[in-house]
Parts: sequence; C-alpha cells; structure tokens
Amino acid sequence: MSDRLHAIRFTVNGEGRAVQVPPMKRLLDVLREDLHLTGTKEGCGEGECGACSVLLNGDLVNSCLVPVAQADGAAIDTVEGLGADERLHAVQRAFLECGGAQCGMCTPGMLVASAHLLRKNPRPDLAAIREGLNGNLCRCTGYMRIFEAVERAVSSTSANGASEGRG
Amino acid sequence: MPQEKIVGQPMLRKEGVAKVCGRAQYIDDLTLPEMLYGATVRSSIARGRILGIEFGEGIPWDEFVIVTATDIPGDNEIALINHDWPCLAAEFVNHPEEPIVLLAHRDRHLLPKAVAAARVSYEEWPAVFTIEESERGEPVVWGEDNVFKSFLMEKGDVDAMWAGADLIVEGDYATGAQEHLYIENNGAIAAFSPEEGLTVWGSLQCPFYVHKSLVKLTGLAEEKVRIVQVETGGAFGGKEDYPSMIGAHAALLAMKSGKPVKIAYDRAEDMAATTKRHPSRVRHRTAVTRDGKLLGAEIEIALDGGAYSTLSATVLSRATIHAGGPYFWPSIRVRSKAFATNCPPHGAFRGFGAPQSLFAIERHMDHVAEALGLAPDELRRRNFLKTGQTTTTGQEIKENIDLDALMGRALKESGYHAKRGRFARQNAGSGMKKKGIGLASFLHGSGFTGSGERYLNSLAAMDVTTEGKPRVLVSSTEFGQGTNTILCQIAAETLGIDYEAVEMGPPDTSVVPNTGPTVASRTSMVVGKLVHSAAVGLKQTLLTSGLLQEGYTTGEFVAAARTYVAQHGALRAESRYQAPPGVHWDDQRYRGEAYAAYAWAVYVAEVTVDLATCGVEVDDFVAVQEVGRVLNPVLAGGQIEGGVAQGIGYALYEKVVLQNGHMANNQMTNYIMPTAEDVPPIHVFFEEIPFGYGAFGAKGIGELPHDGPAPAILNAIRDATGVGFRAITLLPEDLFVELAVREPVAEAAL
Ligand code: FES
Ligand code: FES
Repeated sequence: MSDRLHAIRFTVNGEGRAVQVPPMKRLLDVLREDLHLTGTKEGCGEGECGACSVLLNGDLVNSCLVPVAQADGAAIDTVEGLGADERLHAVQRAFLECGGAQCGMCTPGMLVASAHLLRKNPRPDLAAIREGLNGNLCRCTGYMRIFEAVERAVSSTSANGASEGRG
Repeated sequence: MPQEKIVGQPMLRKEGVAKVCGRAQYIDDLTLPEMLYGATVRSSIARGRILGIEFGEGIPWDEFVIVTATDIPGDNEIALINHDWPCLAAEFVNHPEEPIVLLAHRDRHLLPKAVAAARVSYEEWPAVFTIEESERGEPVVWGEDNVFKSFLMEKGDVDAMWAGADLIVEGDYATGAQEHLYIENNGAIAAFSPEEGLTVWGSLQCPFYVHKSLVKLTGLAEEKVRIVQVETGGAFGGKEDYPSMIGAHAALLAMKSGKPVKIAYDRAEDMAATTKRHPSRVRHRTAVTRDGKLLGAEIEIALDGGAYSTLSATVLSRATIHAGGPYFWPSIRVRSKAFATNCPPHGAFRGFGAPQSLFAIERHMDHVAEALGLAPDELRRRNFLKTGQTTTTGQEIKENIDLDALMGRALKESGYHAKRGRFARQNAGSGMKKKGIGLASFLHGSGFTGSGERYLNSLAAMDVTTEGKPRVLVSSTEFGQGTNTILCQIAAETLGIDYEAVEMGPPDTSVVPNTGPTVASRTSMVVGKLVHSAAVGLKQTLLTSGLLQEGYTTGEFVAAARTYVAQHGALRAESRYQAPPGVHWDDQRYRGEAYAAYAWAVYVAEVTVDLATCGVEVDDFVAVQEVGRVLNPVLAGGQIEGGVAQGIGYALYEKVVLQNGHMANNQMTNYIMPTAEDVPPIHVFFEEIPFGYGAFGAKGIGELPHDGPAPAILNAIRDATGVGFRAITLLPEDLFVELAVREPVAEAAL
C-alpha cells in the first residue's frame, strides 16, 4: 500500500470536497477521519455488516471495502445528507416512529440502504424490503420494526407526493 | 387499564433523532487533542509461563508508549466477585488472547505492525478446554479442583420421591458459547492528569463497575476517578464486565504517557478476546405419574466459565434457580458447578444462565410428554405453577399469575393444534420438506437474585437545571433497550408534565448517584420505581414551597422549578431502594424469595426442515408474555423481537468454534447471525398484569425473550422430523448426521 498522498476530489452530500490522502485509504476512514463525518459506522471492516453503507454515484456500497482512489470524482451520499431535525427524510422519521433504531449503530447504514431501496423501487413488498436490506445486519431489533418503518416511509411518501430532504 | 397519559404510550426514543441523523457520538467517533491510539499484545497460547518479550525489528519503538504489568500502580486485577482476573498477565497466561503488553502511538495505522513485531516467548503447559476435561482435573488449572462455584438447591424429599414414580425419564442437553455481536465493538478513551485525576469514556453498561475496578487498579482516590458512558452501540451483557478491562488498559497507557489514549477493538479482536455466553451441559432425571404429574427431579448443571471466575458464580446461580422452569415441583434437587477451562472467560449475555437451563428443561418436557403419550402443551398445563404454590427455591408465588391463559393465547395465535395435525398428515407424504411446530414455556426472574438488590442499595435522584428542566439522575445506561425513554416517561408521568420537558442527566459517575448496574432486567422494575419516588419527592417540594399549585401546566412547573433553584440554589430529590415486604433469602441454602417478581412466557415456533439440504427455516414465531405493565409498547415489542432473533441465532446459526481455547471463526464472514432474510415474522403479544412493586406495574423484560426460542425451535424440529436434538448450536451438518444416516424414527422414550 502506497503511503504517498494523493489529491482526491469528490462530492459528498452535494458539496464539493478535496482531501490529500493515501489512495488506498478506505473511503470509510476518509469520511470519518478526514471529513469528520462520523455518522457512517464501522461494524466489521470486511463487507459483512453494512454499518458503513454509503451511496457511490447512487449505488449502495460498503465504504470499508472501497479504496478512496475509486471514489475520485464520484458523488458520495452518507446518512448526514439524508436529512436532519426538522427536515428528516421519510425513512428517518419512520425509523424514529416505528422503533427501527435501538442502539443506533446499524441505523445510518440501514437508513442509507432503505432510502436507496425506495429510490430503486418506490413500492417494495415485504420480500423486496427483506432482500434490499439483507446486507445490513442489526443485532438489536430482530428487523421487524425496520421492515415496518420502510413500509411506513412508502405510505408516507406516497401520501405526501415526495419524500422530504435529500437521498 | 390505568389512566396514564405518558406511561404505556409509544413515546419517541429520547436520543432517537440524534441516532437517525447519524449525529449520535459513539466511542470511536470521539477524538481528543493529542490523542494516542492503543493496542494490545495478547497471548498466543492457552496456558504457560511467560519467558520473555522481544520487541522485533523494523518498528520505531522509541515512539511507542509501552505498558506491562509492572506499570500498574495498584492491584493487577479487574475487580468483580473474586480477585483472580489480572488486568495484564505478569508471569503466567491462562487463556489465548490474554493481554500481556499494551502499546500506544499517534498513528493508528502503525499499531497492527507493532503488535505483530512484539513477540512473547513461553514455556507451554498442558491445558483443559472442555467441561469434561476440566471435570477430570487433568490438569488442575484453577484453585484446588477447577471449580469456580457450586450450588446445591433442594426442595422436598427427593430420595424418597422416586419410589412413587410411574415413569422416570432421563436426558442430557448441551448448549454452545454465543458471541454478543453488538454492532459496535468495545472501545474506551482515557485521559489523566495528576490534578484532574483519571477520566474514562467508554461503550459500557455499568459505569460504577468500571469505577470500582479502576480505583483498585490505579490506587487513586475514588473522587479522582470518573467514568462516563458514551452512546453505546449494543451490549446484551457483553459490556458488563469487559469495559473494566479495556478501560483499565486505556487508563494505564494514558497515565504512563500523559496523553489521552483511545483503544477501539476491531471485529476480529473483539470476537476473539471478549466474553461469550457460557457453554453448558445439563442432565435431567424426572419422576412422573401416569397422568402426567411431575413428582420430582434431579438436575445437574455444568457451565464452562473460561479461565477466570469473573461473573460465573452469578451466572450459575441464575441457571440453577431457573432450572426447573415454570412448573410446580413437589421435590427437586439441582446440583450445579461452574468449571474453569483455558478459554477466554465467559461472561454475561442476555439471560445470564437461564437460556442454558431453560433450553434443557423445555426440551426435556417434550421427551417426558412423549414418554407419557401426552401432547407437549397438555403436560405443561398439568404442571404449571399457580398463585400460592412454591417455586424450586420454596418461594411462594404471590403474584396473580395465569400460565394456562398464556398457553391458551399462544396456541390460539399460532394456530398450534390445527397446524400440528396438518403437518403430521403432510409429513407422512414423500416430500423432502417436513414441517413442524413446537413450544416452550418459561419464566425469568426480574432484578438481582436473592439479596442482591438489597446489597446494591441503589440510589436514584432527580434535580432541575437552572432553566427549570427536570433531569433524571441514574447510573442506568442506554444501549438500545430504551432506558432513557422509559425513565423519562416515568418521571414525566409522575411529575404530571410533558414527556419532552424531562431530560436524562449525563451517565457520568461524577454527576449521577450509583443506581447499580444496567443488567438483570432491573431497569424498568427496580430503577423505574426509584425514579418514580424521586419524582414524587421533587413534585412535593415544589407544591409545599408554594411556588406551584395543583392543576399546573408544564410551563408553570418549569417556571416554578426555575424560581425554586434561583431562590434555594438547587432542587433535588433522592430515593433509595427498599425491598418489597416479605422478601427473604437464604444465601447458604438457596431458599426463599429468589426474585421480587418473574416475567412469564409461552413461545411457539414453526419450522420447515429440508431433508435434502438439512437446512432449517423458522417460518413463523409467536411470543406471548406477561411482563407486568408495558411502559412503552414500541420499545417493549422491539426488545422481544430482538431477543427472539438472537435466540434463533443461538439455536441455528451462531456456532463459536473454539480450537485450543482460541475462537477460530472470529469474523462476521464465518460466525453467522440472522439477516433480514432469515428471521420469520415475529408476532408479539403482552398480557398485562401490573406488578405492585414495579414502576407503574412494570417487571423485567430485557432478558426473557432470549430464553424461549431455542427450545421452541428444537421442539418444532422434533415435530417435523421425529428426531429430538439435544444440543445447540444445531447446524445443517449436525442435522445431516442424524437425518441422512438413519431414517427418521420416533426416539425411545427412556
Ligand atoms: S464495516 Fe463495512 S460492511 Fe461492516
Ligand atoms: S439498532 Fe442496534 S444494531 Fe441495529
């Protein structure tokens, strides 16, 4: 692994950013250490748990497996870009109301995966929700309330016409 | 139902918005100025003498802070029950992964190389790795006989009872270790200066456990040690004792370097080095009459406690008390032992010994039923404990309980009888997919065992901020179960103000009183009650001060509280634990009121077993329980569902492979927990019978759901295949050995 620093430019949550980092540094570490976006979590560091899920040019990826060089010029979306406080994204609000977040450690990745699922498939049935979230492990909830939250986000977005916030 | 407006309602999780916005700060999200990163050099062997430590080539060692046992200012021990667990191995190692040397450096990414370059040489000694090897005492690796603790619990005349039996049924059962697999690994940050003392921030359950341990380790005065819990990403018991270890390690590095030090384990280290659920072996011998009355039993329990005694004595105690299940035994004898092995110490895990012994009794009850020609639900019904009867410890059940009704509800919600008949007919066909349905009924004691709550002598408080906002001050911590939310609900309801107006004080030992550890399903029932009393005190003070009149609004309350603080400097009320009346416990004979209250449940699992692949799928799950008053239906439901999913993992997925004491599958790629596609629909039902001495009628809830799934699922597999498996974790390869090698046959009764 080369320790020489490279200039990497990308868009994070809609904002242009530039960092000087070793090209093989994990996107996860660049987000957390260099950009101080600690919403994205590390659960396993080997692509199993999905706690580190972000969108890379709209695709759901495990940021622990992505060398930052691969993200040069890309658009990255993290949980911090979904929405906040008064402007919660529909999935954030639904997770809050349904009890989809307990310890909250899987939650950022789970939310990014849920928002991604709803973008690809605005009306997923339960089987599609289970499949869409099967790369994101949750040890606390037993998943029932996460499924319910995604279903509620579907009905709230269809009732409101569109989801609030970004994502 | 009572008329409360906040308690019993699905109030939103207090820290929920921070969590869904990704703003909640966990230990690895925090950085202090000039902070170093710490790492641990661990034993590569199971047992032996340390001969030397060599700091190998290619590492700028002079840039590293290096700590060994000789740097420990106080006692080299993690203080729990006994004094046998070293913070750092000095001369001997007793298990793989035992910590020996600590390293710290500014560059986090340099540490793995340095750990690899620090080589410890050993004189290797023989070791024991299983209950059986430890039992034989070849060699003795702990104390006189490898036994950490043993209990003998006896009720009635067991020896005379056998003569009256129509049938005697025996069975051996076993359970494996289980990894907590909280999604956030263990981590801690420590900072030290001679003036300020030591502060440790950590992902942890029990701030005062860490406090006690670090006072002994550092020799600092109690007020010079401060422990702060930060947002904790799941625990399940796994952050009950181990944070004292990792907190101690960070503290030693910080004290030596004078800089803040963070230690954050990665997944592989967390899985290999931290505690797991105790493996068990349970033997049953049961006497019954022809008409299905239990006469008596002899039960032998053995737990593998790992290399140091840690919490094994209390885990064994709970296993012992729960061994008879929710049944009336005229006579019973339970002998139990926790053995030392040269595996990393086993520790607390949701259920704390009860899942092990309840797995055994609930599998065994199905074998007894079969031997008698009775349906599994019928045998249980004929023996359920009733109000006024006594438990295995001789405790009279004074609560109003109705296990028959719980069973009825579980059978109805699951369609048990209709499905059982239908599956039997379908399974007679030649299809390779066999369906089955099974149940388990069980109990879980709320709070510390016996005199435990009295010894803890917990203190809770409430105060108000200068803005007049009431705060709950407890050492009970939030790690997903909902502590913050339910305690604020209780406080708000009692104060008669809006839920949003109440906040939690910081979980910081320099601010909050010692409310005891956040374990043993005690937070809602025991701590909730203390918060309730403190809130009553706060309200009384304001009402008698004349600043507040009955019929007040939230705004008026806050204004009055603000004025009171301005006038008097502070407004605070405290409440100390008082045992409910009639709670007596004899620690020597293990007789009396083991728990102030019990939660009760009947769970039903429906499975499909594929004879071609030997795979098992859980298709549907019904969980009916009585946990007293439900304080928050969303959080309570989530506790049950999460516990059931962990129980499914325990039964069918999660096998800890120990090789010479070392966890061989310490990765999420080869230690498999249930995913979103693995869990069945989990239907949760509560029967609510308020408990007179819990906050608004609440009893314990957190651990209960881990007790039932494993036996219910294995009973369902027996229904599907005719084979009664007696050990978990039950993987497809284990099914293959039984199902492929011989035709499925109903097993012999005896
Ligand atoms: S941390 Fe990336 S998948 Fe687990
Ligand atoms: S909420 Fe804790 S891991 Fe999902």
